[in-house]
Amino acid sequence: MTEEIFSIEMPVGERLIIRKNRIKGEGTGEKRLAVVTGIHGDEFEGQYICYEIARRLHENPELLDGTVDIYPALNPLGMDIADRNIPKLNMDLNRMFPGKENGTTMERAAAAIIGDLAGADLCLDVHASDIFVKEIPQVRVSEEFAEKLLPYARLLNTDIVWMNATATVHESTLAHSMNMLGVPTLVVEMGVGTRIDRGYGKQVIDGIFNLMKELGMWRGEVPKTQFPVISTDGEVEFIRSHTTGVFLPAIEHNHYVKKGSRLGSVVSPLEGKVLEEIIAEKSGLVFTLREYPFVYEGALLARILMEVDKN
Amino acid sequence: MFIDEIYKVEAPYREPMVVKGYRFGKGDKAACILGPMRGNEIQQLYICSQMVRVLKELEGNGCISAGKEVLVVPVVNSYAMNVGKRFWGVEGVDINRRFPGNSYGETAARIAGGVFEKIKDYSYGIQLASFYMTGEFVPHIRMMETGYQNASLANLFGLPYVVIRKPKPIDTKTLNYNWQDEMTAAFSLYTNKNSEVDEASANQAVAAVLRFLTRMGIIRYESHSGYISHVIMEDDLTNIHVTSGGIFRGLVRAGEDVRYGHKMAEIIDPYEGGVKETIVAPTDGIVFFTHTEDLITENDMAYRLIHRLHA
Ligand SMILES: [Zn+2]
Repeated sequence: MTEEIFSIEMPVGERLIIRKNRIKGEGTGEKRLAVVTGIHGDEFEGQYICYEIARRLHENPELLDGTVDIYPALNPLGMDIADRNIPKLNMDLNRMFPGKENGTTMERAAAAIIGDLAGADLCLDVHASDIFVKEIPQVRVSEEFAEKLLPYARLLNTDIVWMNATATVHESTLAHSMNMLGVPTLVVEMGVGTRIDRGYGKQVIDGIFNLMKELGMWRGEVPKTQFPVISTDGEVEFIRSHTTGVFLPAIEHNHYVKKGSRLGSVVSPLEGKVLEEIIAEKSGLVFTLREYPFVYEGALLARILMEVDKN
Repeated sequence: MFIDEIYKVEAPYREPMVVKGYRFGKGDKAACILGPMRGNEIQQLYICSQMVRVLKELEGNGCISAGKEVLVVPVVNSYAMNVGKRFWGVEGVDINRRFPGNSYGETAARIAGGVFEKIKDYSYGIQLASFYMTGEFVPHIRMMETGYQNASLANLFGLPYVVIRKPKPIDTKTLNYNWQDEMTAAFSLYTNKNSEVDEASANQAVAAVLRFLTRMGIIRYESHSGYISHVIMEDDLTNIHVTSGGIFRGLVRAGEDVRYGHKMAEIIDPYEGGVKETIVAPTDGIVFFTHTEDLITENDMAYRLIHRLHA
């Protein structure tokens, strides 16, 4: 059953509406899982995840014991024009939580989102990466809430769980606000902006049903899932460009590299010259790789999870 | 006058962006005046350019005090200005949310860090700033309540108001906050406009900065005494939100005096042309901020009032 959780009048003949779909199982269970996505309008990976969860639940309502709330577009205007931020306002919705009930339009929207999610037993905030780098499926957990969140994070069938990644630590994010309210909230991230990788999507969806099974919300079969590598910031090597030009990767995303191997080059199309060779300084898994070719000095090219051997 | 290279950014297909510093006098790092970090801050650019013009003249007449140095950085983000963008680069990063910066981080963090390194040792820091929302202000000095803020120093600008803001998590990345953190007395100066030059208000801003520098003994300049500033807490402003969307017809300007019940604005139905909402003053006060866009969304802030106390 779809419901409007927030609605306001825009200037010219339209309402801004944030919707959710509440799917109730046939069992008597009281547990509630919330799946939210679309805070950033340029991230579409969550669209497939929402669709596929809703589809499977509608197909087998007798296997669901509890309630699953699906919020596919928390920033509906941003999604409409693939704007990461809130259009016109040019602000990141994920820096506006917990919002303000008597504030400006989007502060009220943020407050309404929090109000609607409050009371859930668990919340998953699904992000894609931005349009600049591609990510393997991962859960991001801030150290502050790690003890509470790790047992859930492990169940989600991702490749890694990254503890204390700076973006999620930010106090004005949805995840931080929800965790402060006592609703365990996990940030899931995968893929790249404006695209859907269904392979990654399926992997995480299997993880979500695995999690629901552990929570006692799902009576159906669950495929065998993997255990993620748990990593901290100290184990992640950031590789940034030292020059300005066009980045041409020499490796595949989600592959292991040895120390000293070439990851790619930054080139000058005008001069036909290689400006910089990018060399791995540590061995490990390339879990982040740049997709967007143009780079300035400082641009993120890759992230390597160190000391992970091929097994 | 000396012109320093404060920071330089290379781009593949543009001339390098050189952040320039104009240095006057010799000795203690007394005051730094910094202009646009956002591409729409044209008024702020104009004010800084006028500061350079006047200080050059004063230096020629021997009116910079012995042992005092003043630095003016007329613009940081000239790249955004030249392509009609508000924020930095294709990532759309607000440089004023990247302080104190990081010389190993992303490009915008490097710019913030490189600039901050050169400006953090001044005793007084004056930023020509803009608000994240578009609109018109009464000219004022804004300070962050960090525990180090000094409102009585802010009064020396002789502008009508000094506003103290309680920092939110997001504010801790601004220049103003980080300047104060480095023990620089930091002031953000707001005039009525951003994206267009308002000569009268720009002259008022230049006069205010010159008055401050004179009163601090940094320059010798004949300035009239200005206003006796009222210090107000941002949280004490009365916010007036609209309850419908449409075409906004503002009837009062920033700085105007209004009485309880005074008609302040109308919202026009964008299809039928009639008045669908009339906004009246909820209290006696002075208009501190006005919405200036011709369109408005339900719940948007149309005005902020300084509540007037009767003697
Ligand atoms: Zn995101």
